[in-house]
Amino acid sequence: MNRETIINLLIALGLIAVPLWAIWADEPFIITLATKVAILALAGVGLNIALGLGGLVSFGHAAFFGIGGYAMGILASHAQNYTPMMEWPLLIEGTKSMPVIWLVAVLASALAALLIGVLSLRTSGVYFIMITLAFGQMLYYFAISWPAYGGEDGLSIYVRNGFPGLNTLDPAQFLALCYAVLFVVLFLSSRLAKSAFGLALSGARQNEDRLRTVGIEPFRLRLVAFVISGAVTGLAGALYADLNRFVSPTMFSWHMSGEIMVFVILGGVARLFGPVAGAALFIVMEHLLGGISEYWQVFLGLTLLGVVLFARGGLIGTLAGRKVTHD
Amino acid sequence: MSALLLIEQILNGLQSGVMLFLMAAGLTLVFGVMGLINLAHGSLYMVGAFAAAGAAAATGSFVVALVAALAAAAAAGALIEMLVIRRLYERDHLDQVLATFALILILSEGTRWLFGSFPLYLDVPDWLSGSVTLPGGIQYPLYRLAIIVVGLAVAAGLFGLISRTRLGIRIRAGEADREMIAALGVDISKLYTMVFALGAALAGLAGALVGAIQSVQVGMGEPVLILAFVVIVIGGIGSIKGAFIGALLVGLTETLGGVLLPQLFGLFMDPSAATTVGASLASMAIYILMAVVLIWRPSGLFGVRA
Repeated sequence: MNRETIINLLIALGLIAVPLWAIWADEPFIITLATKVAILALAGVGLNIALGLGGLVSFGHAAFFGIGGYAMGILASHAQNYTPMMEWPLLIEGTKSMPVIWLVAVLASALAALLIGVLSLRTSGVYFIMITLAFGQMLYYFAISWPAYGGEDGLSIYVRNGFPGLNTLDPAQFLALCYAVLFVVLFLSSRLAKSAFGLALSGARQNEDRLRTVGIEPFRLRLVAFVISGAVTGLAGALYADLNRFVSPTMFSWHMSGEIMVFVILGGVARLFGPVAGAALFIVMEHLLGGISEYWQVFLGLTLLGVVLFARGGLIGTLAGRKVTHD
Repeated sequence: MSALLLIEQILNGLQSGVMLFLMAAGLTLVFGVMGLINLAHGSLYMVGAFAAAGAAAATGSFVVALVAALAAAAAAGALIEMLVIRRLYERDHLDQVLATFALILILSEGTRWLFGSFPLYLDVPDWLSGSVTLPGGIQYPLYRLAIIVVGLAVAAGLFGLISRTRLGIRIRAGEADREMIAALGVDISKLYTMVFALGAALAGLAGALVGAIQSVQVGMGEPVLILAFVVIVIGGIGSIKGAFIGALLVGLTETLGGVLLPQLFGLFMDPSAATTVGASLASMAIYILMAVVLIWRPSGLFGVRA
C-alpha cells in the first residue's frame, strides 16, 4: 500500500468517524457541516475529472452546480405548489422524489456540459478558462433576470425531498445518503482513471501530439470527460439545493466556480481524495476562522496563497509526496 | 424609439466601453508581457475607487482624488507584484488563477475591514456636473462626456507609449522574447514591476472615474473584471488594439442590448413577456457575442495563434 492510499483511507475513516461522534454527542450542526463537506467534495470530484485527469481548467463549473440546483428547485417547487410544469403536448408534473430529481439534474447538466464543451473545447489554455467563466456568468445573469423561478431571490423549498425507504428529514439519514453517493462516485471515478478512456485522457493532457500519432482524437475524449465532469457536479448541485432547501443564482456565480476549484487544488489536483480533503479543510477553516473573525476570508486568502506558493500539490501532494508521472 | 435617445445610448455605450478599455488594457498587457492571468485586477480597480473617495473626503478636490487613485493603485500593484505575482510567472495558469483568487479574498475583505461594508460616495465636482447640449439638441451629462474624452486620451497616450517610447519598445520586446531582452541588459524584473504597476494605475483610474457615477463599495471590481476578461478574449489576449475594439464592442452591446432587445421582442410579443425575455437576453448578450467571436476566431479578433 503506498502513502497516498493510506492517506485516502485515513480521510475516509475521519469522514465517517466525525459524524458518528456527532450523532453520539448529539451535535446536529456538525452533521450538517459533514453533509456540506460530502456534497461540496462531490462537486470537486466532478471538476477533478476535467481538471485533474483531462487538464481542462474549467472556471465555469458553477454552471453545472447551478443547473443541478435549479433542476431540484424547479421540480420541487412545481410539486409543492401542485402546478404542472407543462400541460401540452404532454403533462409533466413536478416531483419531490430524489432519484427522479437526480436523474433530471444529471441529464440537464450533462446536456449543458455537452453544449458548453463543444464550443469551449475549440479553444485551449487561457481562452478555455475565460470562455468557461463566461458561460457560467451567462447562466448566472440568466437566472437573475428570469422571473419565473424567483429571479434574484431564488426559490425556497419547504420540505426536503424524499428518498424511498429513508427519512431524509433526519439529518443523519440525509448525511448517510450523501456519503453513499460520494463514495459510489469516488469508486467510479477511480475506475474511470484506470480505464483505457482515463489513460487516453491523461495522455491527451500530457502530450496531445503523441496521442494523435497513435490515432486517438483528443477532442472527443475531452468532450466526454467534460460531460461526465459536468454531470457529477450537477448531481452535487441537486444535493446542495436539498441540503439548504433553497436555490438562488449565487449557485451559478463565479465565486462558486472558484470555490469548487479551490477544493480540488487545496486537496491536490488529480488525486482521488483531493477534492474530499480540500472540501473538508475549506469547511473546517470557514467554520474555525469564521468563529475568530468576521473577516475570516482574509485568512482564507492567505492560507490559499501559502498553499499555491509553498505547498504545491495541495494537502495530499504534500503528505504523500510527488506523484510519479511518465511525461 | 427616437434617434435622440438612440444617440444618447450610443454615447453611454461608448462611455462604458472606454472605461472597460482602461481595465482591459492592464490585463492584456500583463498577459501579453508576463503571460499571467490576474484575477485580482478588479481589486486594483476597487483600490483606486476607495483611494479616490478617501482623498476626496479629506481634501474636497476631485483632481487630488484622481491623483490619489492613480498613485494608490500603482503602489498596490507594484507591491503585489513584488510580493506575490513575481513568483507566479513560471507557474501554470491554474496556480495563477488560484493565487490571484486568493488575492481577491484578501484585498476585498481587507478593504471591508478598513472601510466597513457601507458604500462610500464620490461626488462629481461642480465644474463637471450638469449637462451639455450636443449638436442636434441632445442633452448629455458633462461628466460622462468628460469620461469618454479622458478614456480616449488615455488610450491614445497608451498607444503612443507602446509604439513610440523606449519603455514601449522594451514592453514589446518583452512580449516577443524575454530571454533575449534580459541578455541585452534590460532589468526584466524591474520592467515587469513597471508594466504591472502601469496596468494597476489604469485600473485604479477607471475605478475612480466610474466611482463618481456609481457607489464605491467592496466587490465593485468583480463584475467589471469579468467584463474586462470578455473584452480581452474577444479582442485577442495580449493585443492593445484588440482590447480597444473589444471594449467598445462590449460596451455598446451591453448598453444597446439592454435598451433595444426588449423593444425588439415587443414587436411580436406581449409587452410584459417581451420585457422579461428581452432583459434576460440582454444580460446574456455580451457572453453570446464572446461565444460567437470565439467560434469564428478561437484566438480572438486580433489574437496571434499560439
